Amino acid sequence: MSRDRFERALLRALRPLVIAFLFVITAFPFFYMVMLSVRDIQELILEPGSLWPNAFTLSTYADVLTRQGFLTFMGNSAIIAVSSVAVTLLISIPGAYAVARLRFFGRRQVHFLFLAVYLFPAIVLAIPLFVLFTMMGLRGSLAGLILVYIAQTVPVTVYMLRNYFETVPQSVEEAAAIDGCSRVETIWRVVLPLSKPALMATGLYAFMIAWNEFLFALLFLVERRERWTVSLGLSQLAGSIEIPTTVLMAGSVVLTLPIVIIFFAGERLLTEGLTAGAEKG
Amino acid sequence: MRGTLRQQEGRAGLALISPTLVVTLVVVVVPLLWAIMLAFQDVRLINIRRVGIFGHYTLENFTYVISEPGFWSALVNTLVYTVAGTALSIAVGLVAALALRDRFPGRTLVRASILVPYVAPVVAVAFLWEVMLNPQYGIVNTWLSEPIAFLSQARGTFLGVEVPVALLTVIAFEAWRYFPFAFLFILARLQALPKELDEAAVVDGATPTQRFRYVIMPQLWRIIALLSVLRFVFTFTKFDDVYLLTGGGAGTEVVSVRVYNFLTARDDIGASAAQAIVLAVVLVVFLVIYLRFFSGGAREQG
Repeated sequence: MSRDRFERALLRALRPLVIAFLFVITAFPFFYMVMLSVRDIQELILEPGSLWPNAFTLSTYADVLTRQGFLTFMGNSAIIAVSSVAVTLLISIPGAYAVARLRFFGRRQVHFLFLAVYLFPAIVLAIPLFVLFTMMGLRGSLAGLILVYIAQTVPVTVYMLRNYFETVPQSVEEAAAIDGCSRVETIWRVVLPLSKPALMATGLYAFMIAWNEFLFALLFLVERRERWTVSLGLSQLAGSIEIPTTVLMAGSVVLTLPIVIIFFAGERLLTEGLTAGAEKG
Repeated sequence: MRGTLRQQEGRAGLALISPTLVVTLVVVVVPLLWAIMLAFQDVRLINIRRVGIFGHYTLENFTYVISEPGFWSALVNTLVYTVAGTALSIAVGLVAALALRDRFPGRTLVRASILVPYVAPVVAVAFLWEVMLNPQYGIVNTWLSEPIAFLSQARGTFLGVEVPVALLTVIAFEAWRYFPFAFLFILARLQALPKELDEAAVVDGATPTQRFRYVIMPQLWRIIALLSVLRFVFTFTKFDDVYLLTGGGAGTEVVSVRVYNFLTARDDIGASAAQAIVLAVVLVVFLVIYLRFFSGGAREQG
């Protein structure tokens, strides 16, 4: 057998194995997460190796949402994530438009700032912000946390949006200007409707950062339980002995599910939107 | 007088970009400068109001921090964790991208599954790993003949070799969580490669491994180099993963966890800031060395 045929045969055999391995290491933990969340703690202790519960129960979810306060945590996370998305878009749309279209002093240096913020370690920033927020009495307030998330996402979202705005044909904008649109009207009526997929992607990014973030939530909110985010709540309760692991697993499903759903819903919209052309002919 | 069109454009540009600039200046740039100042002052939360811009500056924090027990081992841990985590996540991501490059039934499902560890919140996946690796009821330990305390055991023997168990577990977590990131970038690049080169190599009789070595890899080096820099920077200062998995115990303490502990448990803001600055400076030094080395190599290649 020639080397070529040997290698081809080997790869043909290896490829399904590699794919199966990758699928198992990524899907199995989440399958296990869901399976643990719908069984009783007694069952887990007695049969730690079983993957399928003998009796399904949703009492774990009832427990985690009400008694452990995850409903409140989800409310906090939702407020934080939605306001971060809204303000991030509000700030980054004009910013991205300016960088994409207008010549102004310092336009080229702006990129450097964005890259610096993107690569900048959060742990260094955490110290002065922790001190500042303590001094201003902002610790324990959701607004302070939202401000930090906005600052961390805006440079990246400006960059993402700019790349998209540059693909919007200038001729469409000129047509709007001739029809009497001011600059702001042009952005609102022409550029934004054409950039829906990019806006979706940007919003998604900001939402994920705000929903998943842990370090700043820990530093700013840990002392006030009624202000905890879902991430913070799970991390704080995970150490306690009184709460059964299966109940906490229900908590991690509650934490993970929204973000996974939003990600995959957004991803599909995104690819669909990108294939639709703006200016035909 | 409204000036020329060009001047108007310049003013409009500045007006539109200013909210972005203000937010980043107020929440990122100014705090950064302040962090540097704090590192050179003796500051605690109790005396913070008395410490002004013109306060007393000293190098004490730095000498204190680097002579504290555990600092150098934390720095070594950080380096090992970062290099191994970066290399593994990129290697697995590359293999995944190559395996998923061509269509097969169920590819969409496998691709979605691969992205989940990266998309899911770090707190949830860290908790999931903790439970799965739990010595009493964790599923992984039911498969082993003898339970292993993956996250709380500093050292153990594997095939007669002594290995840092918890550190390796944390590195494995890093590779598992971030290989999707590398996978996405490399797959996008792979799918953009011109088919003709690969086909020409087939006609010339190149075997699959030869095509990989001489046709595909040379076209992937740039993206892999970029990924290495990004992952290195992100992992080197990463706090969440190690803190949530081990809390910095069992020989996994990295510098960022120390920064956090100095800030909260010890309430020593100055020392905490000094440690963070040292971490950032070491990171920059490594980046400069890497970029020098890499750009030198690129020039040799052509």
